[in-house]
Amino acid sequence: MSDKGHHPAPVSPVEQRVAALEALLSERGLVPEGFIEEITRRYESEIGPMNGAKVVARAWVDHGYKQRLLADGTAAIAELGFGGPEGDHMVVVENTAAVHNVIVCTLCSCYPWPVLGLPPAWYKDPPYRARMVREARVLLAEMGCSLPDEVEIRVWDSSAEVRYLVLPQRPPASVGMTEAELAGLVTRDSMIGVATL
Amino acid sequence: MVDGIHDLGGMQGFGAVAHSQAEPAFQHRWEARARALLTVVAGAVGASGGEFRHSIERMEPGHYLTSSYYEHWLTGAATLAVEHGLVTGSELEARAGGRFPLSGPVLAPPVFDAGPDVGTPRFSAGERVRVRQWHPPGHTRCPRYVRGRTGVVVRVDGIHSVPDVEAHGSVRRNEPTYSVRFDAADLWRDGQRGVAVHVDLWDSYLERP
Repeated sequence: MSDKGHHPAPVSPVEQRVAALEALLSERGLVPEGFIEEITRRYESEIGPMNGAKVVARAWVDHGYKQRLLADGTAAIAELGFGGPEGDHMVVVENTAAVHNVIVCTLCSCYPWPVLGLPPAWYKDPPYRARMVREARVLLAEMGCSLPDEVEIRVWDSSAEVRYLVLPQRPPASVGMTEAELAGLVTRDSMIGVATL
Repeated sequence: MVDGIHDLGGMQGFGAVAHSQAEPAFQHRWEARARALLTVVAGAVGASGGEFRHSIERMEPGHYLTSSYYEHWLTGAATLAVEHGLVTGSELEARAGGRFPLSGPVLAPPVFDAGPDVGTPRFSAGERVRVRQWHPPGHTRCPRYVRGRTGVVVRVDGIHSVPDVEAHGSVRRNEPTYSVRFDAADLWRDGQRGVAVHVDLWDSYLERP
C-alpha cells in the first residue's frame, strides 16, 4: 500500500466540508483575518488543566483560599487570573474521605474551559455521557477509580449555566512539597473526578 | 427535537469509555477550523447558546452517533449558515465536491411571547421538587432521565435566559436555576447505593410534588 510518502494524505470528506464552509464564509468577508489561528492558539497553549491544577494546589496550601473557592468558585478562580467563556458560573465540589464528586454533561459537552481547557474526546462521546448518571460506581471502577462502597458518589450533570470543578483530596505523600510541586501532581482526570490522586 | 439523540443520560448499550490520560486540544487541524467556524457563524447570525446547541441536536441520529464531536460543530455551523441565508446547501455541496449533510428542520414554532421573567426563586435549598413530565417539540435543557422524578434542591443559582425560549426567537425569558439532587436508585430502580445525581434545572422545569 505504500506510496513512499510522496503524496500528501488524502483529504477526508469531513475536511472537504470544513474547507467548503470556510471558503464560502471567507468570500463573504465573515472570517476575520487570523481568527481561526488565534482561537486555536489560545486553546492549545493558554487554556488547559494546568490552570485548574494551580487552583487546586493553592486550595491545598491556603485554607482561607479554599474556603473562598468553595463559597464562590468564580471569584476565587479569578483571583488566580482565570475566567472567561464557560467559566462565568463556577462551582467547586470538594472530595473528602466520605464523598467523591464527578462531573458530566449528558446533553452536550459542557466543561469548565478556563480551568480545564477543552474537554477530551471521551468526555464528549456517548458512552461516558450515557453511563455516568446511570452507573457511576461501575463506570468509575472501569476507568480505574475504584471507590469503597461507603464513599458517597455525587455526580454533577452540567445541564444549565454552572460549570463544575472537582477539588481532589491532597495525596498523603505530598507533605512538604511546594505549591508549584503540588500543582504538578494534579491531573485533569482528578479535577473531572474520574481519578483520585 | 426535545427527545433527540443528544439526550444520552442513562441510555444503554454503548460499552466502554475510550479513556485517554491526555490528548492534544485538537487531534486534527480541521477540528480547530470547524470549532472556529461555528463561532464565526453564531456571531454572524446572532445565534444564542440555545439556538447553537439546537442546531446540533437536530442532526440525524445515525449521523450524530457515528460522527465525531467537531463534525457535530461543523454540521451545526453549516446548518445555521444555511438557515440564516449566509450560504446555500447546494453551494456547500458543490464546493465540498460531495454530500454535505445538514441537521433536520426546527420542529417547534417560533417564540414571539416569552412570558414574564421569574425574578424570585420559587424554591429554596432543602425543598423537594418534581420535574415536569413533558415533551416540548423544541430545544430544552431538561434531560429526559429526570422528567417526572422528584428530587431535593441543593443550590439556588443565578437567574439565566431560558434555553427553550432563546433557541426559538429573539425574545428572552429569565428564570432562576437550581441544582436538584436525585438518588440514583430512585432514577434507575436498580438498587444501587450511595450515588446521588445532580441536575441543574430552570424554574419552569419544576413543580411542587
